[in-house]
Amino acid sequence: MTMPTAVLFEQVSRHFDQIKAVDSVNLAIQEGEFFAMLGPSGSGKTTCLRLIAGFEQPSAGHIEIFGERVEGVPPYRRQVNTVFQDYALFPHLNILDNVAYGLMIRGVDKKTRYQAAEDALALVQLKGFSARKPAQLSGGQRQRVALARALVNKPKVLLLDEPLGALDLKLREQMQEELKALQKQLGITFVFVTHDQGEALSMADRIAVFNQGKIIQVDTPQALYRHPNSPFVANFVGSSNVLAPDFMQHLGLPAQWASLRPEDIQLVQTGGYSATLLSRSYMGSANRIQLAIKDQVLHALVPHHLALPADNSPVQIAWQPNDLHVMEST
Amino acid sequence: MHSKAPWSLKLAAGLGLAFLHLPILLIFVYAFTTEEKSYQWPPPDFTLKWFGVAWERSDVWEALTLSLKVASISTLIALVLGTLCAAAVSRTHFFGRETISLLVILPIALPGIITGIALRSAFNLAEIPFSFWTIVLGHATFCIVVVYNNAVARFRCISGSLIEASMDLGANSFQTFRYVILPNIATALLAGGMLAFALSFDEVIVTTFTAGQQSTLPIWMLEELVRPRQRPVTNVVAVLVVLMTLLPIIAAYYLTRDGEHSAGQGK
Repeated sequence: MTMPTAVLFEQVSRHFDQIKAVDSVNLAIQEGEFFAMLGPSGSGKTTCLRLIAGFEQPSAGHIEIFGERVEGVPPYRRQVNTVFQDYALFPHLNILDNVAYGLMIRGVDKKTRYQAAEDALALVQLKGFSARKPAQLSGGQRQRVALARALVNKPKVLLLDEPLGALDLKLREQMQEELKALQKQLGITFVFVTHDQGEALSMADRIAVFNQGKIIQVDTPQALYRHPNSPFVANFVGSSNVLAPDFMQHLGLPAQWASLRPEDIQLVQTGGYSATLLSRSYMGSANRIQLAIKDQVLHALVPHHLALPADNSPVQIAWQPNDLHVMEST
Repeated sequence: MHSKAPWSLKLAAGLGLAFLHLPILLIFVYAFTTEEKSYQWPPPDFTLKWFGVAWERSDVWEALTLSLKVASISTLIALVLGTLCAAAVSRTHFFGRETISLLVILPIALPGIITGIALRSAFNLAEIPFSFWTIVLGHATFCIVVVYNNAVARFRCISGSLIEASMDLGANSFQTFRYVILPNIATALLAGGMLAFALSFDEVIVTTFTAGQQSTLPIWMLEELVRPRQRPVTNVVAVLVVLMTLLPIIAAYYLTRDGEHSAGQGK
């Protein structure tokens, strides 16, 4: 049995005058999935999120949410809720009324909606904050309120727009784990937008990589990292050495584009490719070194305990054949 | 610890305040004088009889009620139109937006006499008889500006995502206005409304051009000055007007002060 499709895009475009913010995108997000939309700024990922929320309407194509066509359906008639990048908490309402807002609009009576709001606040570990105003909360706490305010409506799809962007590193890592645990616990489809590839890799079940309004690749984090389909994905998800066809030919390999992850390059005594060690930088757990074969510069990560020869010394490097991933052209 | 300002500065400040407020005190004093034909200093004697006389005179009441009616209705019109205009200019982008903004503000920059003459000839041309409603229309032109200016500044403080968040949580446009926009602009509207009311209440120039036979309170006062009889009645009315306008101004001051305190919480 296949999981039902939560969100379906069929040839969806969104054009702003001459700019193709989203360009013929096809996408199927399964129910219960933690789905990430990853890409640099201006790549169309946020527009896609706003198309699902209903803040934007497609210029062309169809969008379905749980099998229902939603073109022309306003945001307030969609069973979808959003956690905004700036949280967008209502400054004139206290935390409890902020969280209960959606239920209040739906006409749920005061006692029931306040109970539901208290439960949602407990879910995000903000018990006892009900009477405060948003201005009295820290960034991390506001983020949790925004999450509770969306979840209390029991949406079929929860949209998160760069939810962790404004938090500092420690808090961000903590929230990543909490969001993931929350999604498992609730089983709601989460769609989140990020430009941080580390965040996408660590949280998502599947990732769509966006560039210039198009989806370049959709895959699990492992597949995306191990088998990038293009130089763009290889560079954007983690760091990579992208090898051009003529360099591959120089190595005696088929003339194709290929990706080689820095951690897959090893220094060997004999039998490898001859290279020159250009420079090194100490990263704590590893040394990041720069190598050159002919004109091609390669980056490699080697264990910190490995003794390295002086800069500009000749070295031998090697990799497992299946660590070199052949890609389609640019 | 408070620092000592030089005595010359203190004196200058004192003289400045005296210059601003002594004339107002004079009005209070003249309201009690027994001399009714001219402003004689010092007043020969004091009496309360002018309060009684003012109370009895129907022309005072007519002018006062007319002014209150005109100010209330022009403020109401300004609140609706000014808010809508501010919402359109700050929330949407359309061709000619800046021009519209300028055109809305222009009536307050123009001398009142120009507005007055322009309206008068326009009313004549359209064959609209001068009445209560022509005064209201004249006053609404500058009342809208005051409300618009207050509202547009507050609208800029409301982040667009607040409105999107409201829609996202199931609220339609009307509910979003009722539960999110209105509470956030309420104090600005109140302040703008009070200022508009005060402006309309003491307006003379535009009223002179747009009124028919009616006299609003300021016009009545001007007419009274020409008559050398029962002059202190004018002063009694002036005292009442000062007291009546002072209270809402103080209220507006405290309301907007609290409002600014909470308006910055959006981010």
